[in-house]
Amino acid sequence: MVNVSFVREKPLPQSPPPITEGSVIGWIRKNLFSGWLSSILTILSVYFLYVCLRDFIPWAYGGNWSAGSLRECLDTNPDVACFSVIGARWRQLLFGFYPSEQYWRPILTFILLFVSVTPIFAPRFAKYFWFSLIYPGLAVWLLWGGSIWPVFSIYLAFAVSGLGFYIARNQFKLSSGMSAIVAIISIIIFYLFIASPFIALFKYIFPITLLVIESMQFGGFLLSMIVGFSGIAASFPIGILLALGRQSDLPLVKMICVGFIEFIRGVPLITLLFVASVLLNYFLPPGTSFDIIVRVIIMVTIFSAAYMAEVIRGGLAALPVGQHEASAALGLSYWESQRLIIMPQALKISIPGIVNTFIGLFKDTTLVSIISLLDPVGLASLIRADQKWNGIYWELYVAIGLMFFVCCFGMSQYSQYLERKLKTDNS
Amino acid sequence: MSDAITEREIDRSKMEISDEVAIHISDMNKWFGSFHVLRDINLEVRRGERIVVCGPSGSGKSTLIRCINRLEEHQQGKIIVDGTELSSDLKNIDKIRSEVGMCFQHFNLFPHLTILENCTLAPIWVRKMSRKDAEETAMRYLEKVKIPEQADKFPGQLSGGQQQRVAIARSLCMKPQIMLFDEPTSSLDPEMIKEVLDTMIELAEEGMTMICVTHEMGFARQVANRVIFMDDGQIVEENEPAEFFDNPKSERTKLFLSQILGH
Repeated sequence: MVNVSFVREKPLPQSPPPITEGSVIGWIRKNLFSGWLSSILTILSVYFLYVCLRDFIPWAYGGNWSAGSLRECLDTNPDVACFSVIGARWRQLLFGFYPSEQYWRPILTFILLFVSVTPIFAPRFAKYFWFSLIYPGLAVWLLWGGSIWPVFSIYLAFAVSGLGFYIARNQFKLSSGMSAIVAIISIIIFYLFIASPFIALFKYIFPITLLVIESMQFGGFLLSMIVGFSGIAASFPIGILLALGRQSDLPLVKMICVGFIEFIRGVPLITLLFVASVLLNYFLPPGTSFDIIVRVIIMVTIFSAAYMAEVIRGGLAALPVGQHEASAALGLSYWESQRLIIMPQALKISIPGIVNTFIGLFKDTTLVSIISLLDPVGLASLIRADQKWNGIYWELYVAIGLMFFVCCFGMSQYSQYLERKLKTDNS
Repeated sequence: MSDAITEREIDRSKMEISDEVAIHISDMNKWFGSFHVLRDINLEVRRGERIVVCGPSGSGKSTLIRCINRLEEHQQGKIIVDGTELSSDLKNIDKIRSEVGMCFQHFNLFPHLTILENCTLAPIWVRKMSRKDAEETAMRYLEKVKIPEQADKFPGQLSGGQQQRVAIARSLCMKPQIMLFDEPTSSLDPEMIKEVLDTMIELAEEGMTMICVTHEMGFARQVANRVIFMDDGQIVEENEPAEFFDNPKSERTKLFLSQILGH
């Protein structure tokens, strides 16, 4: 073998960097005025910014916050924004027609949302993951009210089916497919025979109830949040399953997933929302009422799940086949290798696309105004219908836009932080 | 190409070949679509054997060893590993895979896990070891391949040779009965080839059953007890290394050896 003849033992002393590195003037010279073309572009850009902001800043900064109507605003100074409408109607923009003495419920739900996502985003709180599982039920109960027991019974049904699966798998040594069937059967049995007496009994013994709020009273940003976050939380796992299904070796599974994805991606969201609001009632047996918000959430979820599946499939396709082979060669089963090896990498690759889909979904919640749910955009028209604020456009939309921007920008920043955190190579 | 791949004397005291059959392949055929990639393969590997498989590219040598842990599915014939026959029964496949270690040309470390996590993952999930035990075992093997100090780094931060040694340690953590090497040095620089071959020699010295697809003829001559030459999906010739290199029987082997050793 070749002997290495010379290896430097001490590093060379460092020379000082050129002026372009690490000083403000150097940075400006290098980035803004590095040649005549870039100098012209810099000056043009600054002028463009000036033109854009020249009128907007005095309009927004000098805005009127205290007038009682648009008329009053215009009489005081017609050239500045009339933000008074936000002062007068912010409650509606946030909560819709949710009764004001019950505002603590959505606010508490919102605060708990952060508590519930902490175990997912901060690994050192992972042991509190149980709260993330309880949260959806708790949120439903807090927001819609009524007795706690119907919601509780859903969790009980999951527990019963889990127990059924466990017993079938470990006591009777059935295959996982058979055990899944047992689990489904135990849910059905639970709902047919046990759920209603259970709910009735516990309603009688421990009547824990909140005032019932009808879905049509929900509105404003609260509605966007409910639809957006439920959609995000539900479409992510469904998207993963669809992506895996699309790559499956089982032809039937693959066919169903491909069909579903292609169908949903080929249909506009508005159409799905119309189906949710109007057509679904024709198909359901008469007398069944199926909450409109739940219907909208389902439609939004399946819509973005289809996109999510394609985004994640992109991440899966980017993984070298060697990763599958290495995990198989170590004896990991399909699900183990998906969970431990494939998905962590595929999801990491797809973070930009996933967050893109999340942001898209969140903004698309404004489309529910088309089916006369009162999200912020729907409320804007409603507020204009009031004689006092008739004719006000900009101020409302600026405010609504700002609320959405804060949420979407937050998501985008978090995703960039996550990408930096998960980077494990030297590049 | 020099024959001396290691300066030190190879310790042959533990390189014993028992009569016990580790791998038995009979009349095995495989097709990729309509392409007949492996033809009538018959091979018996006894415990403790160190077999080098060589041959021109496209001769099916990688495919052959990938059939042994079912990374590729064979269509005809029988493969019995450690007394378990490879069939489509997933339980058998998982069992065999956990007994057979494999190293790849491109290492295939898991880039999102640290070196230590790479090594402990399968023992924890497949062998159901406790994390503490798995980490102890992993550190022992990382010391053996001489990179314990890299345990908390990520694969992307290591050189190719180091990555391949980690890959070997990762396989060893499962305490395999048999090790398969699929061109482990083909994507490495010359200096790095040496460190990986040294690790493989140490493994051989401890009596591991090994099947290596490699172009390192020095390794074959010094370490292997049997060299198999494949061409066109067939085993053309198999012999002891000395006989194989000095006295090849078939014309095809002679040509191959003259090409690979000629310059």
